[in-house]
Amino acid sequence: MNIDHESLVAFAKSWGLFYLIAFTICVLIYTFWPSNRKKFDKAKKSILDQGDEPWE
Amino acid sequence: MSVTLTRNERQFANFISIIIFAFGVFLAAAGGNDPLSVHGFIIIAVGIAGFFFTADALYKPEPTEERLSYYYDEPIKAGVVLSMAWAVFAMFMGVWVASQLAWPNLAFEGAWSSFGRLRPVHTTGVIFGFGGNALIATSFHVVQRTSRARLPDQLSPWFVLVGYNLFCILAVTGYFIGITQSKEYAEPEWYADILLVIVWVTYFVLYLRTIARRKEPHIYVANWYYMAFILVVAILHVVNNIAIPVSLGHAKSYTAWAGVQDAMVQWWYGHNAVAFFLTAGFLGMLYYYLPVRAQRPIFSYRLSILSFWGITFFYMWAGSHHLHYTALPHWVQTLGMTFSVMLLVPSWASAGNALMTLNGAWGRVRDDATLRFIMIAAVFYGLSTFEGSFMAIRPVNALSHYTDWTVGHVHGGALGWVAMITFGAFYTLVPSLWRRERMYSAALVEVHFWLALAGTLVYVFAMWNSGIIQGLMWRTYTEEGSLAYSFLDSLVAMYPYYIARAFGGLLFLLGTIVGAYNIWMTIKAAPLAVPRKSDVPYSDAVAVPGE
Repeated sequence: MNIDHESLVAFAKSWGLFYLIAFTICVLIYTFWPSNRKKFDKAKKSILDQGDEPWE
Repeated sequence: MSVTLTRNERQFANFISIIIFAFGVFLAAAGGNDPLSVHGFIIIAVGIAGFFFTADALYKPEPTEERLSYYYDEPIKAGVVLSMAWAVFAMFMGVWVASQLAWPNLAFEGAWSSFGRLRPVHTTGVIFGFGGNALIATSFHVVQRTSRARLPDQLSPWFVLVGYNLFCILAVTGYFIGITQSKEYAEPEWYADILLVIVWVTYFVLYLRTIARRKEPHIYVANWYYMAFILVVAILHVVNNIAIPVSLGHAKSYTAWAGVQDAMVQWWYGHNAVAFFLTAGFLGMLYYYLPVRAQRPIFSYRLSILSFWGITFFYMWAGSHHLHYTALPHWVQTLGMTFSVMLLVPSWASAGNALMTLNGAWGRVRDDATLRFIMIAAVFYGLSTFEGSFMAIRPVNALSHYTDWTVGHVHGGALGWVAMITFGAFYTLVPSLWRRERMYSAALVEVHFWLALAGTLVYVFAMWNSGIIQGLMWRTYTEEGSLAYSFLDSLVAMYPYYIARAFGGLLFLLGTIVGAYNIWMTIKAAPLAVPRKSDVPYSDAVAVPGE
């Protein structure tokens, strides 16, 4: 098979777009999945629980 | 250092030193009269020092099991000190090269001290010496605290730190004697590149092993950024440095890529070095030290996840904006331009997230210079990412490229964002690491802050003015259709801005020296605080059910 410049360009311009869209959808689902909310809230607060506050 | 290693680790460290020594002997012997042999001797010296250092400790008593109930902070302390030492050295080199542009006689007619050799000493020193050590040190700190787990062993963090600094020393000494592969931010030659690959893989494995030991069920977002930084830098470094040495006895190598492909690979590397070395890693710093210093959780955790994936997946495609109007296919340039503009979204999401976290705590920002360092870093991050997206647009690039505007943009990011967030992190980290009540002098932190901010502003405004004047002079035509100004005319017009730039850099350097002194005095002089019970990993913590 001979892969020329034009076919690579066509591939990048079409499938590259679809892949990024699909990827974006996955990230959005993960981020806004309702049951993840509790996990994220806990994660952002838990780093403050260790008494690493500035000493002044 | 070496007494904190177990006996097995000391033996293994001893063995590694012998291998390093043998590698140095090989390079020195094979090098002959080539500059390569100089590097052979430097590696020999490191091998010998490592050998005696570890041999000396070989039969000293082992650390007790009690160590496992504490975080392993010794390599972090060394990393902070090394980082500040590199900062002072490399920023001094920066002021020197900046002064050379205004007063060329400052090269003193030496080959080693010419602009072309000193300039990469400055860039490598600040990016890899100062920034890299800061990233390694803070990543060891953040991954342990957020995972609530100790680093899995005592040897590999030292191997990473020492090996990495050896790489930096090989890089910098090489430039002085004319060793370079002439790829921006990837100047070191093949043998140093191989060393870095080994070090970097060890680093990534160490990070993953620590994460695997975590007691906290969720991996905090700062770790995602650090991991993206380590993983992507490994990929970039390997691909961009595929090269064939002239022979095993020569420092010189030839890159595997040719022509425009080489340029594309180089700037895919170069821009992602900015993205993943100078952005992702430091965002990891931001997402940990900002909430900790402000004692407020990040404004939106979900937003931080979205910006993480946005940044990692958009940045990969932006590199070609460095090659507008070149032999690179037009659609590839357009691709780079488009992704650069899209990058503004996740970048501003991070900057906005940081500033919104501080919303409601502005009183603390006013009173606490450390928090102000972090706040200003977020502001400059927002400004430079906007500027970067703007400059990547092809017609804007026609004016800005090859001018001092680019230099101004880079320093807005490097001084305003990277260095400021690092100093903010260090001033948070140092008292806690060395178990001190506070920094030696809060007033000196304040002095450092204002010197750094004034220096950055003077520098950036000088380069904006100079760059736009340059760009306009180069494109001004006479009525007859010929260029109105010669290159020398534009050079003469730069003279006052070059002086201003050197002065701005000098202010920034003075601030860094003040900061280094303050950190040193904190280590040496400040009183011991009562050790905090909470600053230890959970030894047998029960995972919270339902996570």
